[in-house]
Amino acid sequence: MPFPDAQIPRRQSWMAVLARASQPELVRLLQAAPPLPAFTRLRAPEAGLAMVRGRTGGGGAPFNLGEITITRCSVRDTDGHIGHAYVKGRDAAQAELAARLDAVLQDASRHDDYAEAVIAPLAELQTARAAQSARKAAATRVQFFTLATMRST
Amino acid sequence: MSLDLPGFSDAVLDAQSCFRAVLSAMSCPGTIQAAGVGLTPPAPLAPAMAAVLLTLTDVDTSLHLAKEAEPARDWLAFHAGTPFAASAAEADFCVAFALPDLAPLKTGSDDAPEAGTTVILDVAALGIGSAWRISGPGLAAPATLRVTGLPHDFAAIWAANHALYPRGVDLILCVGETLAALPRSLTVEEI
Amino acid sequence: MAYVAVKGGERAIDNAHAWLAEDRRGNPDVPDLGTDQIREQLGRSVDRVMAEGSLYDPDLAALAIKQAQGDLIEAAFLLRAYRTTLPRFAASMPVETDQMQVRRRISAVFKDMPGGQLLGPTYDYTHRLLDFTIAAGTPPPKPAEMPAEPVAIPHVHGILDHEGLIERDTPAGGEPFDLTREPLAFPAGRDLRLQALARGDEGFLLAMGYSTQRGWGGTHPFVGEIRVGEASVFLTPPELGFEIDIGDITLTECQMVNQFAGSRTVRPQFTRGYGLVFGHGERKAMAMALVDRAMRAQELGETVAAPAQNVEFVVSHCDNIEATGFVEHLKLPHYVDFQSELETIRRMRADAIGDILQEAAQ
Repeated sequence: MPFPDAQIPRRQSWMAVLARASQPELVRLLQAAPPLPAFTRLRAPEAGLAMVRGRTGGGGAPFNLGEITITRCSVRDTDGHIGHAYVKGRDAAQAELAARLDAVLQDASRHDDYAEAVIAPLAELQTARAAQSARKAAATRVQFFTLATMRST
Repeated sequence: MSLDLPGFSDAVLDAQSCFRAVLSAMSCPGTIQAAGVGLTPPAPLAPAMAAVLLTLTDVDTSLHLAKEAEPARDWLAFHAGTPFAASAAEADFCVAFALPDLAPLKTGSDDAPEAGTTVILDVAALGIGSAWRISGPGLAAPATLRVTGLPHDFAAIWAANHALYPRGVDLILCVGETLAALPRSLTVEEI
Repeated sequence: MAYVAVKGGERAIDNAHAWLAEDRRGNPDVPDLGTDQIREQLGRSVDRVMAEGSLYDPDLAALAIKQAQGDLIEAAFLLRAYRTTLPRFAASMPVETDQMQVRRRISAVFKDMPGGQLLGPTYDYTHRLLDFTIAAGTPPPKPAEMPAEPVAIPHVHGILDHEGLIERDTPAGGEPFDLTREPLAFPAGRDLRLQALARGDEGFLLAMGYSTQRGWGGTHPFVGEIRVGEASVFLTPPELGFEIDIGDITLTECQMVNQFAGSRTVRPQFTRGYGLVFGHGERKAMAMALVDRAMRAQELGETVAAPAQNVEFVVSHCDNIEATGFVEHLKLPHYVDFQSELETIRRMRADAIGDILQEAAQ
């Protein structure tokens, strides 16, 4: 069954969350969710490379910066949903769990179970990490005091 | 995209075994090799042809599909990851169900003869049908190749390709779970 | 004649490798070093190996550093060798550095700008005094935090862009040149040059960049901006047909702003040199930006005279894996070559003596 276009942004966001989750994190959170449906591998977890591109000058024409290891996996679960995962790094177990979760999250009747048990806590954790980094950066922000400002106070 | 059918069950070992089959077929022209045994590709790809494509094409190659092979496009994109060329003339590999016109295909250069196109042709039968005498590197003595599905003027077509050597086009003939190969170095004569 | 020593090295090599392994381990009374410790505590080495190995994978880089006993060029070599065993699945969308989650972002040209000057985790203001509390393993203090939301910070050069005082990026561009797929060819486009510099040797680029500051192709550089942080990598798998985010990578970007007097076709404005490297590598990113700008001399109608402006010289020699391969291959047996040179020298000497004797006889 083709994936509806209107749902793409939602799927992109859960795939981004899964790509940043470690395998132990996924295993731990899945304990609070119903067992994942059985599945067959359409494409077994496989490590490979992606060429990361930059932009000349930061906003110009693309150039090849260097490669990154990635792992991909595609599965079909017993409900017929096809799940894909492309994740940074070489963790086959993470990629397979991410693909299985991508499949089950497409199922309207099961989506909420996994969104609540797995995606929401991961997203929260990832947001918190980014926020903490931003707060540390803010603490290193230089606060300039010019003489003019000092006089005016 | 329909992804109902699996690719190689073991991407590394299955591709290595098929590569060996192609290597043997190229180095011992006229011999019939097993390839793609157990593979269940989408129609109209035969297992041997599908295995050759999964083995030889990837994100760095380009593939041109004959019209007949369109139903297998998604499967190839998914399992081989190869980009598709708009025309046969731009492709590294061509999938065909009747011998295409070889003239427009890439033949490489004297510096880089490996850039010549490989045509992967679906034929009706190998070992049965019209006979050609083949000779050249890999054959101690001229051998006989029987194929059902090559045009009657194949010897003349091939002579033009062979004349370009070391440039030229290579041909892999596939039927079912078997394949044979005609490298450009080969001389083909009518019997 | 000179093939005698080709065989017979096998046992010597095996034994040398065994000794190397023991040497690598060092004193067994000292605990073995975990690759996780290298990844976490020698981050700048890991980053450098990823940049010069041209492969982003901190775990592999940490292993390479351990295996190479901390020889970073050898470690980068190990990564380059490893990457050849992996298939390439895709090319990413260009990383959008203005969307980075910035940890550090400074400008030497504008004091007050949107987003401010964020020093981040920097060595710039350290006193370069050896700190023995680190040797003692004293836990570090907890860094301060101040209220902030992770928001994207725009590039500094955008500020000058409104007045047309700085050259603009031209986003158009086809498939970029890929050094890992096609051999070097000259003239080299800026895409090829940037790829070569991004994986080039930090020391070489540093020296080249320094030479431009000392007058060998001067470009009057200012640090428009340096930013370090995490950028998302996106790619579009054909089976999905839409972009997906596969995770973050740490990048360092340097925008060098250079005075430019103008030419017949371009009015006076600021030009830019660009540096972008894997990991936290400011020195490398700055050197890259200096050399990138220097190599644009011909494009901008400047005289090409200094080494850093010579594209073929820089691009052909900046790769330390190639350089070390060619330099170090001199260690390998050259018995036959040398024997023939020896014969030549003997013959030349004999001829010279012959000539002298002949002259004397006359």
